Amino acid sequence: MPVLTYREAIRAALSEEIERDPNVVIMGEEVAQFSGASQVTAGMLDKYGPKLIVDTPISEAGFIGMGIGASMLGIRPVMELMFWSFYSVAFDQIVNNAANVRYMSGGQIACPIVIRGPANGGTNVGATHSHTVENILAHHPGLKVVVPSNAADAKALMKTAIRDNDPVMFLENTILYGEKGEVPEGDITLPFGRAAIARAGKDLTIVTYGRCVLHSLAAAETLRASKGFDIEIIDLRTIRPLDVDTILRSVAKTHRLLIVEEQRPYCSIGSHIAAIVQEEAFDELDAPILRVGTIDAPSIYSPPVEKQQIPNVDRVIAGILRLL
Amino acid sequence: MSKKSTEPTGAAAVSQSPAASVHANAPANAKLSAEQRIELYRKMVRIRRFEERCLPVYNSGKIGGFLHLYIGQEAVAVGACSLMGKDDHVITAYRDHGHAIAVGMDTKPLMAELYGKITGCSKGKGGSMHYFAPDLNYWGGHGIVGGQIPLGTGLAYAVKHQGKKGAAMAFMGDGAVNQGAVHEAYNLAALWDLPVLFVIENNGYSMGTSQERSSAGELGKRAEAYDMKFYICGGHDIYEVRATLDAALTRAREESKPAVVEIDTYRYRGHSVADPDKTYRDRAEIEDYRKTKDPIQVFQNQLVLEKVLTPALIEEIDAAARAESERAVEFAEASPFPTVDDIQKDVYWETDQPKRTSEGRIFFNQP
Ligand SMILES: Cc1ncc(C[n+]2csc(CCOP(=O)(O)OP(=O)(O)O)c2C)c(N)n1
Ligand SMILES: [Mg+2]
Repeated sequence: MPVLTYREAIRAALSEEIERDPNVVIMGEEVAQFSGASQVTAGMLDKYGPKLIVDTPISEAGFIGMGIGASMLGIRPVMELMFWSFYSVAFDQIVNNAANVRYMSGGQIACPIVIRGPANGGTNVGATHSHTVENILAHHPGLKVVVPSNAADAKALMKTAIRDNDPVMFLENTILYGEKGEVPEGDITLPFGRAAIARAGKDLTIVTYGRCVLHSLAAAETLRASKGFDIEIIDLRTIRPLDVDTILRSVAKTHRLLIVEEQRPYCSIGSHIAAIVQEEAFDELDAPILRVGTIDAPSIYSPPVEKQQIPNVDRVIAGILRLL
Repeated sequence: MSKKSTEPTGAAAVSQSPAASVHANAPANAKLSAEQRIELYRKMVRIRRFEERCLPVYNSGKIGGFLHLYIGQEAVAVGACSLMGKDDHVITAYRDHGHAIAVGMDTKPLMAELYGKITGCSKGKGGSMHYFAPDLNYWGGHGIVGGQIPLGTGLAYAVKHQGKKGAAMAFMGDGAVNQGAVHEAYNLAALWDLPVLFVIENNGYSMGTSQERSSAGELGKRAEAYDMKFYICGGHDIYEVRATLDAALTRAREESKPAVVEIDTYRYRGHSVADPDKTYRDRAEIEDYRKTKDPIQVFQNQLVLEKVLTPALIEEIDAAARAESERAVEFAEASPFPTVDDIQKDVYWETDQPKRTSEGRIFFNQP
């Protein structure tokens, strides 16, 4: 199987979808001539030309809103936010227009837009550039939210996102862009709402997604070697829709749940999952549900301290040890 | 002379035939004493040496995140900030080191901030893009393109509301003019006669996008649609920057009127240190600006012509600026990092006080 980086896998999905569907257009700041600030769209301008790979001015509200409008007429724009952190400039367009237009029109209008870009901390770019917004996005019915953890998923989920008829918010990670993984060739898609068992186990369930899957896998390996723990790790892949069944099945097996997320704890994805699990599987739980997340403050710049603010392997291990 | 420098400032580097600045006799400049002129020059050199010193630190991995250098644009910040009175305020974007030094910030905490140390100007919490010094009327240092412009308008609103005769200068780049927030701020300022100058530092590029590829029409001229006055000037001659902004600031303070000031300038380095700067402009374009319009060289020539600067003084200023940035590095190196406990300080006013002012749980930490 070919080995691609996460970045190349997304680029492959974008390229294949552009070739498949003439309505797919890629837009964003610096995506064309500059090859994308994170190089995701590198080479695509040369290959597909300026009609399909379009550089925009720094006008997030304008170009994201424009993409939403164009999608109502059947264009399938894939809009890059250089950082998801800049979504706030376009927030009205996303939560009022993209999320609501189908509902407010009584189902008459579809909005098949994809908005993509990195949303993560850990690169010392400070409070304005390190927002992790999956919870805020998922809070809005009408939006779908995808956070892939590896190259194969990134490619397959991106293809699904572009073909989806609803607005899909696709959250990548600058630290994962260079991570390599096997990516099956061909036109492979993944349905939204189907979590992956990243590691099977019986002692404790970790529900996680995105880069935290890597931390969780490393922590589980460490504790298997040192303590013989057998930990199950569920990679959600998509936040909305959410694969509740897989979570509940795993909790019914392990009876202990740790949620690991690069999120501030207040109203996080983890709070939502904890609420559902105690509602639907209260009797299965042998311990309180715990979360490992971002320390509850804006993102600190200081490089060594930021490493401590967001989840890391040591903090995941500490979380597991509180439950086992 | 200039030993390890990349940008010459020594007298021997004078390559162009120095022509006197046509703005030397503008009121703002005519009244400057020799010491004041030297101080303007010194500030520009200090900015450049500080930023040049940042580069190897960044490359050694001790500075994280982004580093946007101001090299080439020094005359704008120094010229503008030299006009500030006690009720004038400044705010800018993430390319904020020049303005910080121009308003009078000490380079030690600036360097320590880049290192992420607790002795940094923002205690290591803000980083390169987020320098602040409210005691010097410097309100940042903002990472979101265009986001500072409504804030600058708010500074002007506060000055006016409090009955002070001051003005705010809100700096932005040529790319920022296309943000909606900028236009909303223009309208508010014009509608309510707020004493704010919207200063566009037009260096020709927003990251890898040239002005022609990002903006319809002329940038300064957009003011007309809001019935605002606009000025356009060169940014390589600090006298021209001062002459133009002096007129605009005086009008803002005296008549409480906003204006747009578009200043032509140029950055020598990539957008940030991470930008390879290979695709969107010619080396020759950079070299040409450097040779003919370098703001430090231009002012040096001017002051030599005025007999204010001598080769010995030029050397002395340069050596002092180098030594200063070296001391800043030493200070930063020797300083401690914040601790994990510091992460949750400075989030709320009340949690930093000895006594909380509200009830209820305010932070939500997981064990
Ligand atoms: C809202 C927002 N969008 C995009 C960015 C990424 N970005 C940072 S600087 C920049 C270019 C800005 O260019 P300009 O306004 O000309 O200022 P200059 O860098 O030339 O000083 C971009 C696109 C950002 N920080 N904020
Ligand atoms: Mg610019």
